Amino acid sequence: MEFIDYYKILELNKNAIDSDIKKAYRKMARKYHPDLNPNDTVSKIKFQQINEANEVLSDPEKRKKYDQYGKDWKNAQEANQYQKERTSQQTWKNARGSGQGFTDNFSEHDFSDFFESMFGGHSGGRRDSQVKYRGQDANAQLHLDLKDVYTTHKQTLIVNNKNIRLTIPAGVEHGQTIRIPGHGGEGVNGGPNGDLYITFSITNSTRFKREGNNLYTDTELDLYTAILGGEITIDTFDGKVKMMVRPETQNGAKVKLKGKGFPVYKKEGEFGDLIITWQIKIPTHISEKEKDLFKELSRVVAYGK
Amino acid sequence: MENEQLIPIEQFCEYYQVEFAFIHSLSEFGLVEIASIEEKEYLHHEQIKDIEKLIRLHYDLEINLEGIDVISHLLQKVESMRIELNDLKNKLRFYES
Repeated sequence: MEFIDYYKILELNKNAIDSDIKKAYRKMARKYHPDLNPNDTVSKIKFQQINEANEVLSDPEKRKKYDQYGKDWKNAQEANQYQKERTSQQTWKNARGSGQGFTDNFSEHDFSDFFESMFGGHSGGRRDSQVKYRGQDANAQLHLDLKDVYTTHKQTLIVNNKNIRLTIPAGVEHGQTIRIPGHGGEGVNGGPNGDLYITFSITNSTRFKREGNNLYTDTELDLYTAILGGEITIDTFDGKVKMMVRPETQNGAKVKLKGKGFPVYKKEGEFGDLIITWQIKIPTHISEKEKDLFKELSRVVAYGK
Repeated sequence: MENEQLIPIEQFCEYYQVEFAFIHSLSEFGLVEIASIEEKEYLHHEQIKDIEKLIRLHYDLEINLEGIDVISHLLQKVESMRIELNDLKNKLRFYES
């Protein structure tokens, strides 16, 4: 467990007075506060560090102990054990209006091991015990394959050791985030639970490429059907379909099959399109008779005979 | 709006220990919507999460109402850009694959 330099975190020197500490803390808190840096895990970690540094340096007793032991923090563990046996219940100021800290984003689980080894568990709390607080929001990532999100389905997730049964709507996109109200952290003193935010990470193991609600694929077409036209059966995402090929279809030509693409998110029964690019297959291992016929065909094309 | 989804402003202010005038000021800035029913004022429960954020900005970060108004607008822009960025990344994945 490493020593944490709280002065460095708040960009202060060791002689900083209380007003300097408060000023530095406020400045950095405004910069890294999660409300001002949504979806930013780096800022979130930094904000927790800033809060912890302020917790220590703005409390005269804690600061004295920290300054005394500093890098020799291991001795503080023994002193802490002695202190626990003598300590009476502490009272904490209400955070709002006292300038001592923030009312949210801070629970006993946010302290580092270093802090807890020096000061013990966070007994009591800076919150008024009668005030109810909303629980923290939780974030989770769900890894799925493209096949999984083709249909709406239910899935059980384990978040914070709790089973949550979710309905995953068809058509969710890679990187999309959905909010599940009330499934975040528990509220404090009977306050409402926070929300759970799930971000989808979708891999593609299929031969289809997805762009929004449309799917794209290359499909082989034999030379004869390409030239003469005809009926062909092709693979779609969820089955097969028969379609007509126009005569003289060129290599690389594209065909759109309306409604055979990917489901549109939250619009049941609505689908994007499937765009097929024909890859004309030149025959191989042709027989002598086929060769003769091709030679005759080439003469007809060259000389009109 | 259904009544069970409406929270009386007085109850909300007591619960969160904020001033009545603060909520009214937010309404004047267009940041929250107050419903008036039979001379009593209410907040819709779907706004609670956003109002909590505004409370933190004002009371914890000491940002004034004008600042909160600007920040709300900028955060909306940031969210739009995040969604747009995600769409563009998905498009790029399509061409890289």
